[in-house]
Amino acid sequence: MFTDFVDELSKMLAGDQLLTAKSELIPYESDGLTAFKALPRAVVLPEQQSEVVDIVQLCHRYSVPFVARGSGTSLSGGSLPNTDGIVIGLNRLNRILSLDAEQRIAVVESGVINKNVSDAAHPYGLYYAPDPSSQAVCTIGGNVAFNSGGAHCLKYGMTSNHVMGIKAVLPDGNLVELGGSSLENVGPDLVGLFVGSEGLFGIALEITLRLLPIPETYRTVLAAYPSMELAGDAVAAVVASGLLPGAMEIMDNLTVRAVEESVKAGYPIDAGAVLIVELEGEASAVEEEFRDLQEIISKSGAYNVRSARDETERNLIWKGRKGAFGALGKISPAYIVQDGVVPRNQLGAALAEIDSLSQEYGVRVANVFHAGDGNLHPNVLFDNREDGMLEKAEALASEIVKMCVRRGGAITGEHGVGMEKRHLMTDMFSDQDINQMLKLTNEFDPKGIANSGKMFPADRVRGI
Amino acid sequence: MLEPKSVREVQEVVNTASTAMLIRGGGTKTALSTSSGNETVIDLSNLSGILEYRPEEFTFTALSGTSLKNITEMLSENGQWLPFDPPMAKIGATIGGTLATGLSGPGRYRFGGARDFVLGVEWVSSAGEILSGGAQVVKNVAGFDFPKLMIGSLGRFGIISEITLKVFPKMNSFGTVEWDCGDIDGAVGFVKEMTRTPIDLFAIDLESNGIVRARLGGLATTLNNRLARLSEYREGAKIILGDVELDLWEHLREFLWLPDDYSLIKVPITPDLIPQLDACLTDGQSQRKYSVGGNVAWIGWPGTTQEVDTILSGLGLGGLLIIGSPETSWLGTSSTITIFADKVKRAFDPEGRFLPL
Repeated sequence: MFTDFVDELSKMLAGDQLLTAKSELIPYESDGLTAFKALPRAVVLPEQQSEVVDIVQLCHRYSVPFVARGSGTSLSGGSLPNTDGIVIGLNRLNRILSLDAEQRIAVVESGVINKNVSDAAHPYGLYYAPDPSSQAVCTIGGNVAFNSGGAHCLKYGMTSNHVMGIKAVLPDGNLVELGGSSLENVGPDLVGLFVGSEGLFGIALEITLRLLPIPETYRTVLAAYPSMELAGDAVAAVVASGLLPGAMEIMDNLTVRAVEESVKAGYPIDAGAVLIVELEGEASAVEEEFRDLQEIISKSGAYNVRSARDETERNLIWKGRKGAFGALGKISPAYIVQDGVVPRNQLGAALAEIDSLSQEYGVRVANVFHAGDGNLHPNVLFDNREDGMLEKAEALASEIVKMCVRRGGAITGEHGVGMEKRHLMTDMFSDQDINQMLKLTNEFDPKGIANSGKMFPADRVRGI
Repeated sequence: MLEPKSVREVQEVVNTASTAMLIRGGGTKTALSTSSGNETVIDLSNLSGILEYRPEEFTFTALSGTSLKNITEMLSENGQWLPFDPPMAKIGATIGGTLATGLSGPGRYRFGGARDFVLGVEWVSSAGEILSGGAQVVKNVAGFDFPKLMIGSLGRFGIISEITLKVFPKMNSFGTVEWDCGDIDGAVGFVKEMTRTPIDLFAIDLESNGIVRARLGGLATTLNNRLARLSEYREGAKIILGDVELDLWEHLREFLWLPDDYSLIKVPITPDLIPQLDACLTDGQSQRKYSVGGNVAWIGWPGTTQEVDTILSGLGLGGLLIIGSPETSWLGTSSTITIFADKVKRAFDPEGRFLPL
């Protein structure tokens, strides 16, 4: 059966577009969440949208599960293969189809790298706002599937807030076009539903994005605090003041030290916490807001405050923050990063609880997070060569996420549920809520072949 | 007309309704909230009240029949607001009706529309269950984005009972610069130029006669300088301030320009298509306003809407009748007659207990 399927694939694709040898499949066995591994039976690398449609139709006909994959940067195991299925790698579907600077619209294929959109828009004074830390490699298709966020969500929202239209192939092989080129819409927000559906509704082929004018000025402040609590209070004070920064990020001491060892961003290594606040926008307004911000920070207990004087200094500050995950990888053989969200007034308490859980489990946790929107990123550091450590780290990570829900928050702010948090969905949603999601999944994918096994608890995927 | 006062009562209504259910909030969008036959009309204006408001969190949760007016007042007391300018607040629109129709005002330009501010929803399903999606925090991607799906769903998937929205700090002063660009082509050309400026425009609207208005909001201390700078973009700039300025935008937000007995049609569009659409509409007595940087056309239309339907179809545009006779909702190319929308409808309302899409 599978041989027939592969035979048909080989007829529709060139030799280098179909991988079946184990050595070729291994690079696809996991994504950014390396703790999970599964070897697919084949990998296909379509170069045209029509090839993706043909492949999905073939999968549907043969009931072969498929997992769409961009650059494989998912931190929730979102593109983990099925061992009885194939991976559809979309990196070759990487054309920017149009860039209409006058109307600020870009139409891109799903394999286009996030940062390439901004690079293409740059000559026109425009950019694509969502900026996940992996933006230099992650694809727009992956961003759409997982509604990716980034450091600048506070002011401009997530991927979903920047997608106006989607052309997609559904798991049954039907082609649909949702939304369009306008910021406005009538009728149910189907684009909004598709974004963040984690590949369960099929594969986005073409995505219409809105571009924004590049902010005229940035003011980026780095403040060092003796403790996480003070940094958290500073965030609360900035939010309460009515300022609307583009980003507010906190890193704890463990992260700061790792970052300094790795990228040398000039963070004070003795800091209990480092806070980055960035204002952006029109020059005269930003300068006025910057004065207010300086006053707030000066009263917030920071012992070292530095403002970027130019673009180089700003980039250096961000280099540290964006390189944080990589840096942690160098001080720990393995880590799990969670991204639970808590109401912002719970930040201090949530961090204290993470600290005590960390001590209780005897597992180190490095915190780096989008403080402005309460989106934590506790990195549970462990040695995967030691027996039982992965299980222990996973248990701690789950405890942290459950704590977020208990405090009125959410299990994931931007990484998605994927494989990693599917067992936690029941902490956040009732049985009926999950049933409603499954009913929808069954309508789109009656055979259960599209990114099967993701988002829902293993025992809930079938038989609703 | 049934008027449930609690979510429990909404469930009872759903369990007993014998004809297709039509959901109504404040009744301001007459084309969508008036029965044209034997539907079971469910009026939610008594399902009203703020359930939770945490100013320091910049979020609130309200029952869907809560009036926009009450919400705006509550937020305003704390220096906050919904920057998407929800329309028809003065004439009694509710938050549920606003989201179910997916309406935003001119301020949608800067920070996004109703869809971009909704965090969580609770609804009563076609089976009478209370279901929910989203969360009460400003960032969340767990599960499918049902809150967004409910935006613009016109009560065809379920009865929205409760809504959580994020809010923003309110801009404390506003000013507008107005230009006369001669005609619609001139206005569209100028708007396209303006939408790429680094000046943070809060709103930018244009009219058939070539008038372009760009609105700035923010700190009072910098506003005058910013307006002066904005004025330099083109000769003939007129700066509008104070109550006149506030009234001007209220006029647009509340559709006070719409003559009595006219229908109001919302048409999503892109700037490039505006001259064509406008040319098709110049005959007769229609009125047009183009908002959100040329991303939406509001058409005021006298008489039956058949002609608009034909015009929109010819241009490949789709529209929604907001005010007018309830017989037709969708005009032009409908975005709802798709395989995708059908599948969603089947998953939410398999027995067709709500109105068809």
